[in-house]
Amino acid sequence: MAAILKAENLRVEFRSREAAQGTKVALRGLNLEVNAGEVFGYLGPNGAGKTTTMNVLLGFVQPTSGAASLFGIDVRQPIARQRIGYLPELTYYYKFLSAEELLRFYSTLFDLSRLEADRRIDELLKLVELEHARKRPIRTYSKGMQQRAGLAQALINNPDLLVLDEPTSGLDPLGRMKVRQIIQRLKGEGKTVFFSSHELGEVETVCDRVGIIHQGELKVVGPISEIRQPRHANLEQAFLEIIGFETQSAS
Amino acid sequence: MKTILAVAGVVIKELYRRKDFYVLFIVTMLICLIMASVRIFNDDKIVRYLKEMCLLLVWISSLVIAITTTARQIPAERENRTLLPLLAKPVTRTQLLLGKFLGCWLACGIALVCFYLFFGALAASREHHWPLLNYFQAASLHWFMLGIVIAMALLGSLVFAAPSSNSTICFVVVGGILLLGRHLDSVALTLPEPVRSAFLIVYYSIPHLEFFDVRDLIIHDWPLIHWGYYGLALIYGIGYMVVFLTGASLVFRRQSVN
Repeated sequence: MAAILKAENLRVEFRSREAAQGTKVALRGLNLEVNAGEVFGYLGPNGAGKTTTMNVLLGFVQPTSGAASLFGIDVRQPIARQRIGYLPELTYYYKFLSAEELLRFYSTLFDLSRLEADRRIDELLKLVELEHARKRPIRTYSKGMQQRAGLAQALINNPDLLVLDEPTSGLDPLGRMKVRQIIQRLKGEGKTVFFSSHELGEVETVCDRVGIIHQGELKVVGPISEIRQPRHANLEQAFLEIIGFETQSAS
Repeated sequence: MKTILAVAGVVIKELYRRKDFYVLFIVTMLICLIMASVRIFNDDKIVRYLKEMCLLLVWISSLVIAITTTARQIPAERENRTLLPLLAKPVTRTQLLLGKFLGCWLACGIALVCFYLFFGALAASREHHWPLLNYFQAASLHWFMLGIVIAMALLGSLVFAAPSSNSTICFVVVGGILLLGRHLDSVALTLPEPVRSAFLIVYYSIPHLEFFDVRDLIIHDWPLIHWGYYGLALIYGIGYMVVFLTGASLVFRRQSVN
């Protein structure tokens, strides 16, 4: 299978505002490939470098060294983002717009025709179950509804690669289930999904492969069946072992 | 261009769906209406002073709208994290900035049209004549002045993190230029070197916003500005907008968005 997302030897350093703290290394020579048609779960504790990886892949942050590409195009080129959809964590969309207006705005950025945009908006609002609230301003939406509106904006261009940063963060069990169903549906349609999450059960359900990052280093990449050994009761145990939680607590 | 217009459309929608704009608009209108309805000392010439005060109020209101609207654009996108899905689309940062600039400038243009129409109707009701071309020159130069202020505030919003500090600095700079800018060269001549040169450098580098203040065309019914000079003023305004927007683009391109 062809790799459509590629990171080669990525290193990201942030200069701390306080001189005494020096430089913080967010990613240390990260190598990663995500193949077409797979659902890839990107796991790691808070501050491990998951969001930084996504920020580099989307061109928000310039890496200190290394390179990243989407569909073989350097991520610094805006055209690399033509075939991707992105859902950031905890975003508060334009409160004064309705979901329909929000999707129309994003459709214009992809240069969709009026007819195509109308069709896509209807389809997506149905998919994320926001048809009944399509004309209501987003400020009246619940958190789950806002997250679903966010998911709809990520899908407006019918992307081949979907990048989701903790898509179920802060959602109730029903909301999480709905997002999971949507990911599974996209998987069924042959889309590539790259998502980060803390919900290991959810990752186990939907992912083909996972990567575990800790302190800026990619510790392991592979199918869940390989990462979860017979001695592990669940993926959580494997995850804790990989990030060295037991060793740390013992010492 | 479609991308820039789409971003501008959202800015315009935001401004006209916010209550603070209407509050400012109504307060300005009410004050103008009250001033226009009073008869002081039964003096017909007093209407000129009233026009001057009303136009000053329109100028202040338009500056408040322009600066406060522009100063919050990029910081609000960062705070609400809407900058991330926006830049994850095939949109360049320069396109985003141009869209924000155009949206703010057009929104201020619409506000100016409302202000001047109301003011014109009010003045015409007292004076029974409406010099349309004078209004056109005064309003369009006013709009171009706001364009420079908006471009400057946009650059400020990328340099200063808090919209409030950016707004305050913009108000001080704009107020300083409007009130003192024209006198800097004469002050410089009274000073010793090297302060004189420093003052002259400032004088020749700041945008002279007072060039765009032609309220007297309306207040005193002065003859029209020669169209050649009018055109030069517009080019001068566009020049400064380009300078500030280029600066903003260069700053934004180097910034991390996270």
